[in-house]
Formats: sequence, structure tokens, C-alpha cells
Amino acid sequence: MSEGHQTELYLEPERYELRAAAPYRFDVGRRDFFKFLGAGVLVVSVLKPAILAQESGGGQRRGESLPKEIDAWLHIGENGKINVYTGKDEMGQNIRTSLSQAVAEELHVPIDQIELVMGDTQLTPFDMGTFGSRTTPTMNLQLRKVAAAARETLIGLAAQQWQTDRKGLMADDGKITDAKSRRSANYAELTKGQQITQDVASDQALIPATEWRVAGQSAHKVDGRDFVTGRHHYPSDQKLPDMLYGKILRPAAFDATLVSADTQKAEQMGAVVVHDGNFVGVAAPSSRLAASAIEALNAEWKSEPQPSNKELFDYLRKNTTEGKNPTGDGDRYDVGALDQAMTSADHKLQQTYTISYIAHVPLEPRAALAKWDGDRLTVWTGTQRPFGVRGQLAEAFHIPEDHVRVLMPDTGSGYGGKHTGETAIEAARLARAAKRPVKVVWTREEEFSWAYFRPAGVIDVSSGVRNDGTITAWEFHNYNSGSAGIRTYYEVPNQRIVFHAVRSPLRQGSYRALAATANHFARESHMDELAHAVKMDSLEFRLKNLKDERLRAVFEAAAKQFGWGKSKSAGQGFGMGGGYEKLGNIATFAEVHVDRKSGDVKVVRVVSAFECGAIVNPDGLRNQIEGSNVQGLGGALFEAIEFADGKILNGRLSEYRVPRFSDVPVLETVLLDRKDIPSVGAGECPMIGLAPAIANAIFDATGVRLRALPLVPDGLKMTS
Amino acid sequence: MATIHLAINGKSYTVDADPQTSLLNVLREQLDLTGSKYGCGEGQCGACTVLIDGKSQRSCITRIGAVVQKQITTIEGLAAGDRLHPVQEAFLEVGAMQCGYCTSGMIMSAVALLKRNPNPNASEIVDFMDGNVCRCGTYPRIVSAIQKAAHMTSGTATEKGTSR
Repeated sequence: MSEGHQTELYLEPERYELRAAAPYRFDVGRRDFFKFLGAGVLVVSVLKPAILAQESGGGQRRGESLPKEIDAWLHIGENGKINVYTGKDEMGQNIRTSLSQAVAEELHVPIDQIELVMGDTQLTPFDMGTFGSRTTPTMNLQLRKVAAAARETLIGLAAQQWQTDRKGLMADDGKITDAKSRRSANYAELTKGQQITQDVASDQALIPATEWRVAGQSAHKVDGRDFVTGRHHYPSDQKLPDMLYGKILRPAAFDATLVSADTQKAEQMGAVVVHDGNFVGVAAPSSRLAASAIEALNAEWKSEPQPSNKELFDYLRKNTTEGKNPTGDGDRYDVGALDQAMTSADHKLQQTYTISYIAHVPLEPRAALAKWDGDRLTVWTGTQRPFGVRGQLAEAFHIPEDHVRVLMPDTGSGYGGKHTGETAIEAARLARAAKRPVKVVWTREEEFSWAYFRPAGVIDVSSGVRNDGTITAWEFHNYNSGSAGIRTYYEVPNQRIVFHAVRSPLRQGSYRALAATANHFARESHMDELAHAVKMDSLEFRLKNLKDERLRAVFEAAAKQFGWGKSKSAGQGFGMGGGYEKLGNIATFAEVHVDRKSGDVKVVRVVSAFECGAIVNPDGLRNQIEGSNVQGLGGALFEAIEFADGKILNGRLSEYRVPRFSDVPVLETVLLDRKDIPSVGAGECPMIGLAPAIANAIFDATGVRLRALPLVPDGLKMTS
Repeated sequence: MATIHLAINGKSYTVDADPQTSLLNVLREQLDLTGSKYGCGEGQCGACTVLIDGKSQRSCITRIGAVVQKQITTIEGLAAGDRLHPVQEAFLEVGAMQCGYCTSGMIMSAVALLKRNPNPNASEIVDFMDGNVCRCGTYPRIVSAIQKAAHMTSGTATEKGTSR
């Protein structure tokens, strides 16, 4: 199963925000590149057409003059500076560090000589976006090839200059050395006055993971010093001379219509007011004045009654869009003779699991600074898709894409929540009217209401199992939450698995791990229920029905570290969950303690075993796994968006609980380093085993089976 | 509007602002001290934490009118030239960050904690730091970093490089 997924880039149906219509439509009136590289050696990575179509969005690009097939390049300047250009973004996953490691490894230079230029639509090659745990399996590999080709080119240059056989030359520590004559020259000397362009050969040989010296070792965040001193400028920290602060008038409810707004008073206060189509915004010399100007608009809205979270799950079931779903009717998978198998099973089980909407809450809210030069637009913004946002801006302002430059300074996190460009469009619209640069930074309340949510969902699971613990029938219906991780990795001969698209009452889209969290929660909870039904140990039951070696290995490794099978005290419970997602394999074991009187549930200890091929940065990987578990605690235990009539009812940090220091259990991580398997990403998969592990542990502690995420927003009610 | 004098990182600043304006707003918009971050605007996340006379305070809910004649320290004032404060050093060594957006506030809170309690145990750290949110979930690393910083300064040198 793993191999087949290696090169696919499949856009899961729950990535709704990538298909949504433009947020604003304006009436707008109305573009050479590429002289930023000085002398030196330029190595260019050319993608094969198949990968190109998947990763770079293929023919979707227009109006730009870069060769289509390029996905990364590396420049060694005559000043010795090594610049690597990639359209990927840094937002806390620390790929600026892991990609630098990959280049340092193959180019044989100290890591601090490398500078990555990331997510700048003018300087970096096209990239579809930084999501789906794609950076490590694709860009890391490409940059290793680019760096290896650069090293070979430098060896070639030295051989030519010294008129010697290249076989006797060696690259090390930023120098080419001739072992025999002991002659050596650093890369800068070799590139002096040169203007060499080199393509990467498709069969470029790479240093095997077993021989890595820089990659495979833990590395500190390359520019960490700027972060601990407050010097790093995030998107929301950007500033330009004469800049104004922008603020947008938000509707009183979703889909509300503006009845009236008085712009006069706001203008008298010194604000620039823009009312264009469905967009109303102001720009003023300070953010306080901009906020006052919005108040002064005295806007009145008209809105319609809308569903609330109380009737959410009924609503989802009743509002499927089968047959008329614009995103396609999701996934449907049938194998064997399900109905027959269900009838003949020794034990049958049917259960429903639900998942609430949750918010990303990136600590840095959406922000953008926009500046016009004539009909050319530059925007600094926090987005996981700078090229996608460039397209949105070009569309909104009716200008060619090559008139738009989007830059993404390393951003205060995203978790899948920053795929869209509304903030960039807002800032650009205001800047055009004000004829000055404008910065828009969303408030936390705006972030909660006007971004998009992780889709809520209802999951129905029916299964049949033999007395000996063999699963014979498996039916799985996911309403709305999505199809990521919907297929079972357990060996079941008869299956029906369907994703049902639904008209969502709230704006929804990608969230770290997508629906894999929901689907694993339902599946791994149900596996425990089945194990209980046939009176088998949870681990034994899983292994009996699991052939995939890599997945078995993580379950076994986590069980060993956890001490599965040990005896428990009162209130204590143990549980597990695990699976396969985004090419990685995870098993998570949890220990909970439930206070029967207060209903207080404390996750005491979490053990994760993770395998993602050859490990590039062990400490960075541990950091991602720990972070997945901590963030995952929120959605597992208490995070849920409450809403009614088009309004978010708990859209502030004082009302929406996120995990804090005191929520964190002891976290233990077991890394399985498979140097024989290509490296894959780790930002998402480690999250998916946690919620079912906790639910199963709560059942183990109390006998109470919880089938809704979040599990215990108000503590555990023992009466059920 | 009023003319207000502020003492920040050992320097004096004069700003024209409504005394009701939040300190965070003035730091970021008027003084270009953008190391302190906006995260929630209601004192719930700690990204805006600064030291006021050595004690940690949320600058997003602190009015500038209330901090006149007080010593304000922001993340930018913590290092002594090129020499990082031990807490900054420890955060780097432990790798106690992912996106880093909460880091300034975490470091400022940790400095305040170590001033009060130079050798906190893990549960004292958790109690003191619970008002600071790291959405990337690096909490266990931050606890380790604070313990490391405490160890580095051995409880005596935590005063160095701060609140001057």
C-alpha cells in the first residue's frame, strides 16, 4: 500500500477552501523578471512531466515567463553565497532547517553558508503550496539532487581549471581538493566570473541515508536566534513608510446582507473608506483609528435563521449533496460481498461516531501588507500557498499574474488554515483606494469567525466479526468530514466505504491531518469495540487483522515502550490507536486517569511510535510528533466550535479552550528509522492515533464508551 | 491624545497617544518594537508578555497611561548586546519552538518566573506558564528550556541582562 501512494498528489474532498469561489469581486481597471542572480553557478531542477502535473499544478499557471518544468534552483555566487530557491513555505514545521540539511549534505558545505529563499513568487519557482506533508518526500529529494549536481559541476570546474582527472578530486567543507597535488579551492574561487547553468540529471546519484553526515542528525532551527530575540519579522510585523492600517467591516452573521452603512463619519475621522460590491473596509493612520472608523459606519445587516451546533449531526445526515456535489462524489470503495458477509458474521456491531467543527487558531492571525506601484502589486502575507494567493489577487484585480508578487515571511503557524488569500485581497483593495501601502491584521475574533473550520462529521460504522476475531465485513460511511484516511488498513475481504459530501452550514476546509483524524477515531474506536465483543486483547485483535509490516512494527514498538498488558489501578485506563496517513505510520498508546467523583479526565502519558522512512532531522521529527500530540489533545478532549444563526458563539480565546501547559501528559516518542525507505513528511500523521487512544483508555478506565469528538468538553458524565 | 514618556529597555521614549491605548499597540505601531506579539487581545495567550518593573504583564491589556515612570522590558531588551540572556540561550539549545510566534512571550514570562523563583520544579513552571499558549505544542520543550536556564544561571545570575 505504501509504494502506490508515493507519487500521488490527490486533493482530498475536504480541502474545500482550494475550490471555493473568490471571496470578493471588484470592478477594477489594469507587467521581466529574473535579473536577481549574479555571476556563478546555477543549478536547476527540472521535473518530469508526471510529477510536474501533480506537484506544481501543471497547466494552471498563466502569464509568467519562467520555464514550466522547474521546481527549484540553487545558485553559488562568486561571493561564496549559496542561495537555494524553493516555493515551499516555513511556518513552524522547520523545513527551512531540514531542507538546508539536505543541501549541506550533498553539497558538502557547512549548513550556515546556505540561505533558503522561500515562498516568493518573483524569486522562487512555482509551487502549489505547502500542505499535505509533501515537502520532505518531494522538495527534500529534489534539493538533494540539485545540491549533488552542483557538487559534481564544481568538481568538473576544478578538473578543468587544474587540467586534471576529476576522479582524483573531492568535495568537502565548501572546497574542492586534489588529494594528489594537495591543491584546493573553495567554491567561491571556482565560480568566479563563471555563468554556468546546469540541469539536474534525472538519474542524479544521491548519498544513501546510511552514509549521511549532516542529514540524519539533529539540527537547531537555522535562524533560531532571530526568533528568541524578537528580530524575526512575521507577516503581521511588516511595515512600510506611509503605511496605513486597514480594517474590514464584518457582517453580523454569515451570509448577511448589508442594509445600510454611513461612510461619512468615518471619512470625517480621516479614514479612507471603500465600499465595493460586497466589500466594505477602511484604512487609517493607526489601527485604533481604523477600528473606530468601522464602528462609526453604524452598519445594519439583515440575516436569515441558520442551523446551530445543537442540531448539527442531524443536519449533516439530511443535507448530503450526492449527485450534485461540485467537488465530485468523494470516495466510494466496494469489495467482496458485504451484505452476505454481514449476515453470516458471528458478531455484528453498528455504531455512530461524531466530530465537531474545530478552529486552527494559528497564534499569528492572518495578516497582509499590500503595496501598489502603478498596476503592479506586492503583498507580504502569511499563506501556505503564495502562488495560489497570487492567482487570487490577479483574478480579483483583473491584472496578469506576473504583475503580482506575493512574499511569505516565515509565518506564525498555519496547520492547514492559511491556504487562502482573503487578507491579501483586503489589504490590496484598501491600498489601491488609499494610494498608500496598507496592512491588515485580523483580530482573534475575526480569525475565529471568518477563516474556515475543520469539517464536522458523522461516521456510521457497521462490522461483522467471527468468534476467532477475524473481521469479515466492514461498512463505513463518512458524512462531510472528509475522505483522508477513510480506507481501512486491516485485512477485511468484504467492504463498503463511502464519503458523502454535505452542504456545510459553516465555511470549512483543510486542517492538519484532514479527515484522517476523524476516520481513525471512528475506525480505531470501533476496532476496540469489536475486540471487546469477541473478548480479545485490543493489540492482539488488531495484529490478527493486520498484515502491513510497517504498521505492525509501530504498534509493536509502541506497545513495548508503553508496557501494554501491565496491571492498572482504580481510575487508570490504557488504550491505543494508530494507522497510516500521508505515507507515515503511527501507533499511539495513552494512559488516562479518570476521577469518578468530579468526572475529570487527565491524560497522564502518551507513547507514540512513528515511522516515516529515513529520518532527516531526529530532533525536528520528535518536535513535530510531540506537537501533533499536544495540538491533538484539544480536538480529542475539549475543542468544539459553537454556533447558531450564522454566528460563532465561542469565538475568542477566553471562550474556546486550547491545550495549555497543564494539559500536557508525559510524552514519549519512539522513532523507527528506516534508512532503506525514502523520507516522508511528519507534520500530520502523528496526530491521528491520539483521539482513539484516549477514547479507548477512557473506556478501559470506566466502561463508558465515548463516540463523539471532543470526548469530554465538560468532563466525563459517569451516569451514561 | 497626550504626550507620554515611557522607559523601555533602558531608553526613554516620548509618544503622542491616548493614555487608554494598549502598551502592545504603542510598542508595535509607534516604536517598531514588534517582538511582542498580538495573539488574542484579551490577555489569554501571553504572546504580548513584557516585564513591567521586573514582573510579567500582558501588554495587550495594559494601558500606556498605567506604565508611565515604570521600567518596561521587551524581548528586544533582554540580550546584552550579542550576549543572549540564559533563557534565550536555553530556548535555542533545547529547540523549544516551532513557528516561534509565542516564543517572545514565553521567554519574557520565563524570565519573570526565574526572577521570583530561581529554581522552579516542573509543576511550578507549569503553574506559572499556564497563561501562555503555544499552539504548535512545544510545552514540554519550554519546560525543559526553563529548567536548563535555571541550571545555567544556578539561581544567582538570573538578574543579569534584564530590566536595565
